[in-house]
Amino acid sequence: MKPRSATVRIAAGQGFWGDWLEAPYRQVTGGPVDYLMMDYLAEVTMSILQKQKSRDPSLGYAKDFIPLMERILPIVAERRIKITANAGGVNPRGCAQAVAEVARRLRLSGKLRIGVVTGDDLLGRLDGLLARGHELRNLDTNRRLADVRDRVVSANAYLGAWPVVDALRRGADVIVTGRVTDTGLTLAPMIHAFGWRPDAWDLLAAGTVAGHTIECGAQCSGGNCLVDWERIPDLANVGYPIVEAAPDGTFEITKHPGTGGRISVAGVTEQLVYEMGNPGEYITPDCIADFTTIRLEQHGKDRVRVSGVRGRPATDKLKVSIGYFYGYKAVGTLVYAWPDAYQKAQAADRILRQRLADLGLKFESVLTEFVGADATHGPLARASAPLDQLPEVQLRIGVRSPDRAAVDRFTREIAPLILNGPPSVTGFAGGRPKPEEIVAYWPALLDKGMVEPCVEVVDV
Amino acid sequence: MKKADRKRSVPLLELAHARSGDKGDTANVGLIALKPEYYPILVKHVTAACVARHFKGMISGPVERYELPNLHALNFLLHGALDGGGTISLKTDAQGKVFSTALLRLELELPK
Repeated sequence: MKPRSATVRIAAGQGFWGDWLEAPYRQVTGGPVDYLMMDYLAEVTMSILQKQKSRDPSLGYAKDFIPLMERILPIVAERRIKITANAGGVNPRGCAQAVAEVARRLRLSGKLRIGVVTGDDLLGRLDGLLARGHELRNLDTNRRLADVRDRVVSANAYLGAWPVVDALRRGADVIVTGRVTDTGLTLAPMIHAFGWRPDAWDLLAAGTVAGHTIECGAQCSGGNCLVDWERIPDLANVGYPIVEAAPDGTFEITKHPGTGGRISVAGVTEQLVYEMGNPGEYITPDCIADFTTIRLEQHGKDRVRVSGVRGRPATDKLKVSIGYFYGYKAVGTLVYAWPDAYQKAQAADRILRQRLADLGLKFESVLTEFVGADATHGPLARASAPLDQLPEVQLRIGVRSPDRAAVDRFTREIAPLILNGPPSVTGFAGGRPKPEEIVAYWPALLDKGMVEPCVEVVDV
Repeated sequence: MKKADRKRSVPLLELAHARSGDKGDTANVGLIALKPEYYPILVKHVTAACVARHFKGMISGPVERYELPNLHALNFLLHGALDGGGTISLKTDAQGKVFSTALLRLELELPK
């Protein structure tokens, strides 16, 4: 075992499922790191994975994780880098098994231990919980879950850092979890490395802020950064962020030398406020972090120092993310060219809407946007755009309905406009739009005592 | 002197940068002063009421504002901004990613 150093380096490798495949490889080869943290799960990802698992019980996890492990396992095993990833989705054991098979194929048997964190999946327990009076009311609408119970497709409690810490303490090198919070994947290595106590609220809050800072990958190292965006160097070669954490809860955000992007106070601030609610109480299963206490300072090139973070005791609830079947939607597009591009697209929209009405189709919502004029900034953009001179406009019209037949019929009303509507229309190469099932998100709270995280550690 | 002469119009884009995201049907916009000395201007002039007026017709719910003086930033929650949000929404910007720059279109009337 290598000696414990004063700081621990945690590298972000994926900010979401579908993020840059090169990033994790570059993080483990571009310089020294102790941990590789990878966040795969967004709010709706669990329901997609649940659907895949219902078709094939061996699936239900982020499949890309396996070829990625195949590529980097020899390196991380040699360098003793540990991996925390919530790639397990709704089937962490299946995911771990696939990783183990890859490891054996790479002749890493006896050199790796895999940790599996489960216990977040509540789908099979929902009726019992409801019967015992846990209403799982929607945090936004206050409706009872019972109202949509028969349409629920996934239900997962957000677990925090502690089960991951448990796996690390038991010697796991690669830890595959279900719905563990994004921040917990970064906080856990710090708790483990520094021996932080469960009631060290300021330290846990600091680790949580570190997690929030790097959980979206390059979004804190120059990606999607508005301030000074044109001068952020070499995004083609962008370096993903690395947290260099100290035992006292201070940490620095940096990246490997020679990589592109930028780590600046302004850029890190943009990431800190991303998806922020009340900054005074950022609630996780592990603590409540107060983002109004964070101090940032530039500490050299591509290095931002973070200190001062204060925290408060965790609540006695866990957030539960529930996916339920909502209905259907489809979006169709056509492109209109100059002259009068905007006016032609508007005319096509009127014609289409009249045809939908004449067919007697009922929709919960019909939304028209004119891409190139108002799709992103709505009336704010229309007020100043040269609407008479736009070189082209994309008509983008979407419908939503509980009735699949209505949505399906809508998808057949787009193409005819090419020959029987306004002129100078193109851009239909993609074919008829496909009706899409909507699985909506239902956030709720549940007493912590109702959820029992389960940690297994197995040798490869 | 007329009152209008004592004011000048300053685009928020010249005073701040921003990033936005979503939580359900709520979009959040973090508004960050480009220089620390601009932060008091943001606090005074970019009120929740003024942001609600700016986004009139684009959001169906109220606007909340939080202050982060440590980061020279304000955080706005725009409720009912995303046509139901997430997977339900039919909008191009279903996750509220560009409400950030939409807020930066605001023009502030500042004393000369």
